[in-house]
Amino acid sequence: MFGLDAIDLARFQFAFTVSFHIVFPALSIGLASFLVALEALWLKTGRDVYHQLYRFWIRIFAVAFGLGVVTGVVMAYEFGTNWSGFAEKGGDITGVLLTYEVLTAFFMEAGFLGIMLFGEQRVSRSVHFFATFMVALGTLISATWILVSNSWMQTPSGYEVVNGRFLPADWLQVIFNPSFPYRFVHMVMAAYICVAFLVAGVGAYHLLRDRKNEGARTMLSLAMWMAIVAMPIQIVAGDLHGLNTLHHQPAKLAAMEGYWGPEAGKEGDGVPLTLFALPNMAEGKNDFAIEVPHVASLYLTHSWSGQIQGLSEFKDEIPDVPLVFWSFRVMVGLGMLMLLLSMVGALLRWRGRLYDQKLFHRVLMCLSPVGFVALVAGWVTTEAGRQPWVIYGLLKTRDAASYLGAGSLTISLLAFLVVYAVIFSIGIYYMLQLIRKEPTAPLPQGGPGEERHPKRPMSATSESIDG
Amino acid sequence: MFEQMSALPIAWLAIIGLAIAMYVVLDGFTLGIGILFPFFKGKEDRDVMMGTASPVWDGNQTWMILAGAGLYGAFPLVYATVLPALYLPLVLMLLALIFRGIAFEFRAKSTRYRHMFDMAFSCGAIIATFAEGIVLGGIIHGLNVDLDQRHFAGGVLDWLTPFSVFTGLALICGYALLGASWMVVKTEGAIQRRAYNFVRPLSLLVLLAMAVVAVWTPIHNVQVFERWSTVPGAVLMVVLAIIAIALCLSIISGISKRKERSIFAKVIGLFLVGLAGLLVSFFPVIIPPYITIFQAASSEKSQFFLIVGYLVIIPLVLGYTVYSYYVFRGKVRAENLSHY
Repeated sequence: MFGLDAIDLARFQFAFTVSFHIVFPALSIGLASFLVALEALWLKTGRDVYHQLYRFWIRIFAVAFGLGVVTGVVMAYEFGTNWSGFAEKGGDITGVLLTYEVLTAFFMEAGFLGIMLFGEQRVSRSVHFFATFMVALGTLISATWILVSNSWMQTPSGYEVVNGRFLPADWLQVIFNPSFPYRFVHMVMAAYICVAFLVAGVGAYHLLRDRKNEGARTMLSLAMWMAIVAMPIQIVAGDLHGLNTLHHQPAKLAAMEGYWGPEAGKEGDGVPLTLFALPNMAEGKNDFAIEVPHVASLYLTHSWSGQIQGLSEFKDEIPDVPLVFWSFRVMVGLGMLMLLLSMVGALLRWRGRLYDQKLFHRVLMCLSPVGFVALVAGWVTTEAGRQPWVIYGLLKTRDAASYLGAGSLTISLLAFLVVYAVIFSIGIYYMLQLIRKEPTAPLPQGGPGEERHPKRPMSATSESIDG
Repeated sequence: MFEQMSALPIAWLAIIGLAIAMYVVLDGFTLGIGILFPFFKGKEDRDVMMGTASPVWDGNQTWMILAGAGLYGAFPLVYATVLPALYLPLVLMLLALIFRGIAFEFRAKSTRYRHMFDMAFSCGAIIATFAEGIVLGGIIHGLNVDLDQRHFAGGVLDWLTPFSVFTGLALICGYALLGASWMVVKTEGAIQRRAYNFVRPLSLLVLLAMAVVAVWTPIHNVQVFERWSTVPGAVLMVVLAIIAIALCLSIISGISKRKERSIFAKVIGLFLVGLAGLLVSFFPVIIPPYITIFQAASSEKSQFFLIVGYLVIIPLVLGYTVYSYYVFRGKVRAENLSHY
């Protein structure tokens, strides 16, 4: 298709399915913790509004969770179908980690999701709170395994190579590989921030419709608290993650900075901060760049003229520089925007005007998906940035691919495009329907029929999709 | 072949075998309901059919994920050879299952588009079943694996054989039988009588299909032929054949006596006989014709690390499965489908 070979098609398919997938686990992780906070507030203060918000957001959580599972299954199968070299050579380690993710996800689902979604009228408040807490913990544990696996592929350790296969030598080293802590914190904070801005946007939307709505005010307030606390933490975590990347994946970092290396005889200039550039892969330089001299040296090496390895030192083993360079800038740019929004929110709150600044509400409403865009851009940076390696420094992407023809991959890619388009239109349309509902709707009373509720996540919502 | 046997890969074969058997039986009847959907046109009938599966359906599919994940961790070579070899039917199966699942969820939430979701549910079930049958047939038929390079070395359409198409169709009959006998247990009145009508022809078809597979397989697989023509393989196969015939006869005689539960149990028995037949014919080969579970196994450290998790999770998921069937026991009636 379009002159792409089998590897390009497999990569595109993976990028496409994983980008769709990542949104839903991020939503589940963030919302599950948000629900814990709401229920805790409700139990502590006894205020109905927290309970109503809990009921409001749990339906959206249920749909997000359902879609996350469906798209996650596709991912797991792709390792075998499209990346069989990877499954065979790395399966002893990554297969085990992925399997543990599945097991922990099941543990949570089997034990607690049913109680959380359907048990409110049947178990005591503290048991129900415990279930909510365990579901949130479960989403975090699932994320842990996935990030262990991903981090291991980025910064492998604790392995031995036997007949071309990567076998575990020390599980503790495999799990606590060098980049795992940074990646984990960065991802979990990202999920929280995504949900903070989603909740803020939804709160703002309802405030614009009804200025007095208590649920909307509470949502906006909680979300802005979350944002002002989480954004600075995230920026520090991101910075530390960047330093870790410099240490373990220098080519990726050079691509993020758009830095090809010092010009001949000019080493003393240090590394500039490149604000804007048009990287040219063929000639190994930037065609056009706006640079601030020495600044990158300062934040990367903490010295005025400190050097890092430039892209030209890695010969052909570098990623697609424009893609990495720009996706990184999208992530950082949106991060700065979110920091600004959360500071404006804090300022408005300080002046007592958080609930009546309409322009701010409109901006928040329009920008409610901003966290997710930054999240996907961040993943593009880290995943495209490790190319041409799938297991960094050990296994090249082309050696990880299956021996499939472009024909099969084209057919399956088209099929995925069509099916995902249908499913996500329906799913997102339905979520928007749920979001538009009044957040402070009266609480339902449990009747005799309640006892026999099914246990599927999406049946937690009884809303019609027809609108 | 047996000298390098160690206990771990065998334990893993048992675990994954259990997960596959649970999946086939539990999701089999849900898929069967979808296959039978076109024969039950009324909205109320279809609501009842969905209602019999909706509380337990999600849990049923977890067994496939458990099997798939275990396969990846414990036998990565299987994952790396079977999945590319059966690429197109597997993708088809996944997409059809997703479609069916989404239709399942949204059918209950829509009146305007209900007929569309009905059709998506039914088509999804039929296509997924056919694809699963093709995958089964493709594996039995054997895969062209390059043992030195440890990857699939065949062509894109290797899986498309008369044999695999036959197993695809056979599985449609099989799941339809499971679905019909499940409905016999879970429904009553007119809809139950209609479900009863499907049991006899379908169980005869399934028995016939099993016989055909049993004759067809050794024709193209020398090892299976040898296994069956020597003791104890021959004896075991004769025993299994007798059990299958007895089960089938007993199912048919149970129809007139309205033995609801025992019919369903015996249909499950028929499936288990089929799986046992595969085990007898191929063990310890996991990818016919050559690759054994010992060659395909991941390292001992990996298998051991993983088995700890499975020993915790399998009883839990089993308990959860039993519990949800217990909670939602009894007949499903149209008037108390309010929850759905």
